[in-house]
Amino acid sequence: MKTPLQAMTKTGWITAAVLLLLGVVPPLLMWMGNEFYLLLSTRLVILAVAAVSLNLILGYGGMASFGHAAFIGIGAYAMGIPVYHEFYGGAEAIASTNGWFQIGLAVGASALFALITGAISLRTKGVYFIMITMAFAQMVFYLFQSLDEYGGDDGLVIEMRSELPWINLDDPLQMYFLAFGTLLVTMLLVHLIVNSRFGMVLRVAKGNDERVVTLGYNTYLYRLTAYVIAGVIAGFAGWMMANFSSFISPSMTGWTRSGDLMFMVILGGTATALGPVLGAAAFVLIEEALSSVTVYWNLPFGLMLIGVVLFARGGLLGMLHGRRGDK
Amino acid sequence: MDYTLLFIQTLNGVQLGLLLFLVASGLTLVFGILDFVNLAHGSIYMLGAFISASLTFLTGNFVVAVLLALPITGAIGYLIERVLVRRLYARNHLDHVLATFGLILVIDTTVQILWGPAGISVPLPAWLNGQVELFPGVVMPTFRLAIIGAGLVVAAGLFWLVNHTRLGMLIRAGASNSTMVSALGVDIKTLFSLVFALGAMLAGLAGMLIAPITEASINMGGEVIITAFVVIIVGGIGSMKGAFVAAILIGLIDTLGRSFLDDLFALFMSQNAAETAAPAISAMLIYILMAVILALRPQGLFPPKVR
Repeated sequence: MKTPLQAMTKTGWITAAVLLLLGVVPPLLMWMGNEFYLLLSTRLVILAVAAVSLNLILGYGGMASFGHAAFIGIGAYAMGIPVYHEFYGGAEAIASTNGWFQIGLAVGASALFALITGAISLRTKGVYFIMITMAFAQMVFYLFQSLDEYGGDDGLVIEMRSELPWINLDDPLQMYFLAFGTLLVTMLLVHLIVNSRFGMVLRVAKGNDERVVTLGYNTYLYRLTAYVIAGVIAGFAGWMMANFSSFISPSMTGWTRSGDLMFMVILGGTATALGPVLGAAAFVLIEEALSSVTVYWNLPFGLMLIGVVLFARGGLLGMLHGRRGDK
Repeated sequence: MDYTLLFIQTLNGVQLGLLLFLVASGLTLVFGILDFVNLAHGSIYMLGAFISASLTFLTGNFVVAVLLALPITGAIGYLIERVLVRRLYARNHLDHVLATFGLILVIDTTVQILWGPAGISVPLPAWLNGQVELFPGVVMPTFRLAIIGAGLVVAAGLFWLVNHTRLGMLIRAGASNSTMVSALGVDIKTLFSLVFALGAMLAGLAGMLIAPITEASINMGGEVIITAFVVIIVGGIGSMKGAFVAAILIGLIDTLGRSFLDDLFALFMSQNAAETAAPAISAMLIYILMAVILALRPQGLFPPKVR
């Protein structure tokens, strides 16, 4: 009989170590007077939440969505628009600074958008799916851009953060722990989902859809459900992002943002629990380091992305294990 | 309703559609034949605009600049295929998308280094800069008519090239069975490079033609690529005929939606509500069209038969 500690695999240890680092180091840096790194880590962790949710459909479900940033934008606007009306009048029905109400709106709107666009996109496969999810996200981008009342292309500064019991989001440390706690819950949730019967069907259908259909499963409904779950989590991440940056703009939903999220998942390692978190961390930190050196940081960054696709299959986690994952 | 405006906007819609066709045809050609998804196609479109802008200032003549910029854009496409794209044919579409996403950052930043972050406006020669009176009271800018003419000529040339020449025959054969074509002694690798270069030239041409109207700017590529995707999704990916029909359809719907949707809405709602709803709906119109067509025909209007 092994104790739980002995039963932990190498990946398990790495995961625990990375999460421990994320939980301890940024607050420590904050206490040492380095608030900048706490804020950078908050952004990193919020993006990691979105990347973990994308990994559920991209990594485990084989649905290469290039429109995941749409949900971040929807969640963010579901936070920003009620606050705007609370301060400037109009649309009394949704005017509110109540966090629960905003979260409900963010989750509801993301779920609805995921359900409608997912129902259409999932009728297609492969490259069609990539392009269609991208196009739907761009539709959200242009919709937000056309909303002159909420700043149009320039976006909107949010007057006040969400009000929640016990927690004050104006405190950067509490904001960080909300994001970090969400990351832990999301990772646990995705872990439970992929290891459930539901997740099993999803993963097998990725490899051989026909076989699973022959067994009597409606794989379309399984995929759609996973798509909605991932969308809702990313919508919640968007609500956090709006609170964190006190600013919303259409560019949050831009297709390059979706590409960033996708890259985080690939960079870290698809269909692994820790991969998206590592990917988000590497992405944000490298971006930060390069952009402090040169304004043209996108050039080495782009070359790095190409290099990752050409040479580092299996992502960072694959490299940590010293194997070249070729799938 | 103002019929003169309707006529002019219809022509503007056709002009937008033809530009979209130039971009989408390169995309669909490369996908249909090389089975390669090129996200950086919009960046080549942008590159074409900047190169022609510089050459216009250098030579002092827009038309000469375009004629010089075309082979340059083609050569850049050829180079990209040789250095990067060729290594990716054996990979899946997701890898294509991710690698060309990186390529976008590389091209866009290089353009920013070479030309600076600001947009460049491109001057037209006097004979293209005027207006033409089509009917009494109906005037169109000469250049927009020139774009329509150029777009139609290129479209016809492309159909002729693919359907009625030996090169086109090889291209079509390579699309359906490249191993067999290669076994028959055709240099399939060079053929693929040439197809990619042709696609790059088409995108570059579209960028060169739009630059005098908008101006050459770094983010023009990111804006056009998604619309081009919508065009080839609606038309059926890989189908040249589908790309043409869908491009004209989307050009018309987008242009007419933006100018007449508020009038249309005002018929059944208050003027105020119409003016609020119309911009939001018209911004989403082509995506709604895409959703409806996909719901009815998941493979697009003209799914290619060979694959």
